[in-house]
Amino acid sequence: MKEHILSIVWLTPLVGMFILLLLPKEAKNLIRLVANVAAFVGFLVSLPLVFWFDNASTAEYQFVERMSWIPSLGAEYYMGIDGISLLLIMLTTVVGFLSILSSWTAIDNRVKEYYSFFLFLQAAMLAVFMALDLFLFYVFWEIMLVPMYFIIGIWGHARRLYAAIKFFLYTLAGSVLLLLAMLALYFKHAEQFGVYSFAIEDLMRTQVPLDMQIWMFWGFFIAFAIKVPMFPLHTWLPDAHTEAPTAGSVILAGVLLKMGIYGMVRFSIPLLPEAASDPSTVQLIAALSIIGIVYGALVSLMQKNWKKLIAYSSVSHLGFCTLGIIALNPNGIAGGILQGINHGLSTPLLFLVIGIVYEQRHALEIADYGGLANRMPVYTVIFLISMLASMGMPGLNGFIGEFTILRGVFEHDPMWAAFAVLGIVLGAAYLLWLFQRTMLGPLTNPKNETLRDMNPREICVMLPLIAWCFWIGLYPKQHFEILDKPVARIVERVDPEYYSRNGIPNPLNEGAQVAKLVQD
Amino acid sequence: MTPLFTAADFFTLKPAIALCSVGCIVLFAEWAFRSRGAAAWVALFGELLTAYALWVHSADVAANGPRFALSNSMTIDGFSVFFGYIFVVSAILAIIISARYMEDEKSNRSEFYALMLFAQAGMTVMAQGYDLVTLFIGLELMALSFYVMVGFLRDELRSNEAAMKYLILGALSSGFLAYGFSILYGISGSTNLSEIADAVASRDLHDPILILAMVTTSVGLFFKISVVPFHMWAPDVYEGAPTPVTAYISVASKAASFALLMRIFLVPLVSAQEVWIPLLGGVALATMTLGNIAAITQNNLKRLLAYSSISHAGYILLGLVAGNETGLKGVSVYILVYMFMNFGVFALIAAMRRDGHAAEDIDDLGGLMGRHPGYAILMLILLLSLAGIPPTAGFYGKYFIFLGLLQAGQYFLAIVAALYVAVATYYYFRIIRAIFLSDGLEPATIAPGLGTKLALVASGVFTLVIGLYPEPFINMATNSILLALR
Repeated sequence: MKEHILSIVWLTPLVGMFILLLLPKEAKNLIRLVANVAAFVGFLVSLPLVFWFDNASTAEYQFVERMSWIPSLGAEYYMGIDGISLLLIMLTTVVGFLSILSSWTAIDNRVKEYYSFFLFLQAAMLAVFMALDLFLFYVFWEIMLVPMYFIIGIWGHARRLYAAIKFFLYTLAGSVLLLLAMLALYFKHAEQFGVYSFAIEDLMRTQVPLDMQIWMFWGFFIAFAIKVPMFPLHTWLPDAHTEAPTAGSVILAGVLLKMGIYGMVRFSIPLLPEAASDPSTVQLIAALSIIGIVYGALVSLMQKNWKKLIAYSSVSHLGFCTLGIIALNPNGIAGGILQGINHGLSTPLLFLVIGIVYEQRHALEIADYGGLANRMPVYTVIFLISMLASMGMPGLNGFIGEFTILRGVFEHDPMWAAFAVLGIVLGAAYLLWLFQRTMLGPLTNPKNETLRDMNPREICVMLPLIAWCFWIGLYPKQHFEILDKPVARIVERVDPEYYSRNGIPNPLNEGAQVAKLVQD
Repeated sequence: MTPLFTAADFFTLKPAIALCSVGCIVLFAEWAFRSRGAAAWVALFGELLTAYALWVHSADVAANGPRFALSNSMTIDGFSVFFGYIFVVSAILAIIISARYMEDEKSNRSEFYALMLFAQAGMTVMAQGYDLVTLFIGLELMALSFYVMVGFLRDELRSNEAAMKYLILGALSSGFLAYGFSILYGISGSTNLSEIADAVASRDLHDPILILAMVTTSVGLFFKISVVPFHMWAPDVYEGAPTPVTAYISVASKAASFALLMRIFLVPLVSAQEVWIPLLGGVALATMTLGNIAAITQNNLKRLLAYSSISHAGYILLGLVAGNETGLKGVSVYILVYMFMNFGVFALIAAMRRDGHAAEDIDDLGGLMGRHPGYAILMLILLLSLAGIPPTAGFYGKYFIFLGLLQAGQYFLAIVAALYVAVATYYYFRIIRAIFLSDGLEPATIAPGLGTKLALVASGVFTLVIGLYPEPFINMATNSILLALR
């Protein structure tokens, strides 16, 4: 059981999908029930990961499964997780289940296809976070686009066809560059070692001259930057977010965007450390991140469409993540990853909030609403919490993430931190203004008088996310502990002297000492 | 004096003999069995015989290595066996699609199947030939059979027009090829490929006569594999021909022409590699560009697939441009997977009808998901594979081509070819959009016969299976690499 836990986790949604395929498509409620059960079971089977995960004694990948798959290419079925993947996997199983739960009444046509695509997407996303073989990773990375394309394209809003294909082509264009960079590295490795392998620890051993590394780095980086998305490759995101159905936006914001971050910390930086720490690379990425932070925030201020506002706020928030990561020190990277998780909690909340009124009113313009607090008190409280979480209010998760990032960034270059703070101020502005325009004041639009407050199912969807927000906000220690070792491994790759130079104990050695103690 | 025809010669010719003789029997099948369906069954029997002969060949190659026969004018090697199997599988798929389609078009006659077998006999000779004359005869046998098959719907204007176009342009290209062959004979005094290779190797690479021979030969071959700028016939012929014939041309005829092209470039012209690699690279680049861009605006499925097959030919050519083992493996893998994915799509098109006529537009697929989810899913797999998205078979073709290019240091071509994948995805997704996303369209009736269903399911399943577990198929392709590569 324990040695196959990862396969069980990612295959559970897939099994659910096959069960769905056997059901008649008229039995809508049965399909909904089975899909929800499958997603919930998917969450349950992922829980043991948290308890079995050994954070103290090892920095290696855990729950490793390794089997030969295509020997002539050197591609393997090679799965394993570290702290970074663990957090993202848990985020995926939680957000994935909640978004399926949130679609119960929102989706009423082609229900069977909807849930099948969703479960398929869920399986592929989980596998992306587990794959330690670059080829395997690439397969899941690509196949994941297909169900997302359908979710936007079939159940989206008015301009869904355009948004769906734009999303697909944008990501695919990045992916093919990733493929080329990956193949170049793979070939280089084979040349030096005489064996074909896609396993990341093998590829890490490859010696690549700096100029070639930089080419490969950008191949990897563009693919991941599109997914994040970083300015100026972000233009697909507002369309995809705005046109997708609520659950689609939730999973897109909650999990899919995190893959870009994950790709950077798992592949681009550790595989090509010299290119990543090259000053011109760092400067360029930092500049793009800062532009993204400020530009995203300014554009959010201008938005008249509620969903689009949240979409642009993602560009701004994820700019923080990439800025933290490219600072290439423990605080920056850990903060960047944690902020990714935070964004994966607060943005889904904001989209779910929109979804509740959209389902009743079918309107997304901010001007259509106003004074909703008068009619929907519970809803208002939940929106307030989500908004504060996203804004970075102390006591909630966003603050911890932003603060850690700023510490890391400040250490690298105080100027960057100064610009990034501007993003926080603007973030507060557009979110508070949004809240004011939609929730406060008199209820002017008569159509809004029929709105009902949240029902228990909707509250259930929100509560786990809110609880997690408070957990990180009030007591983030466990999260940082989980991230400590994997982050240290990344820092060791780009800057081996970091810990000794700054007189900070290296978490990797700590683990070794503990392990030694245990053995003794 | 050696005997005129030895047992070894007979052994070498077995597949071609099986095809020709069964082809002759097929001609009489309708009359002999008093049944219109009989011809297809007899033809399938012929395929079984051929497959058996190929199997014996492959066992022989595995045991004794390549061999030559008929005064060194034919050969058996991993290359010929691989292509022989490709022809057998595509002929089987074409035959089983044809039965229902030709019945619907009221043209289900024995000659049709006989022509298929004759064409295939020509192809096997093209894959096995080791002598200019033999190769040319194989090519002409294939081409002549196709001219007739393309125009087989005698009452259809489009079919007649397509046949006429194909005949005239095909004859022109054969003329070029014959001219190129004659110069090669002129500079070497022999029609045997090895002897020509020696003669070419001893010459200066930039000798104008050699360049002329290379260019004229290439022009003839470029026509057959429909690459830019000799691609113009393809969309019209693909559109006008009966759909099973279109599938057969786009797969088998193209594969055979690639076999011939590789035999010529990798045996007699191998020493001139540095001259022809830029030539092929340029042609491949132009082909991918034109094929992908022209396909975007097509509304007729068969025309769209014609342009898509032009761009695929560009990709396959890139394997040769890479010029290394990985690239050549890529060519074989690509041809293998292309066969399944292309036949699958054509099988569905062959089954689509509207008001008693063949329906061939993208819109005719509207809302297929709602009515035939099974076919829709199969089409999704096939189209994703055509676009080259893993884990479908089509990905592996592109994988090897890209890797080969990177190994050869052709970074520019690799990047352009990779980015064109995104362009190609756009037009394949136009079809996917019609199938899954648009439900307002008036759908065409889809009534596949048993054979068509079988072809569709087999193609879809193979496309997925190769995608998920490509190992045996990659090994098959590895064995097919031409050893003559230096």
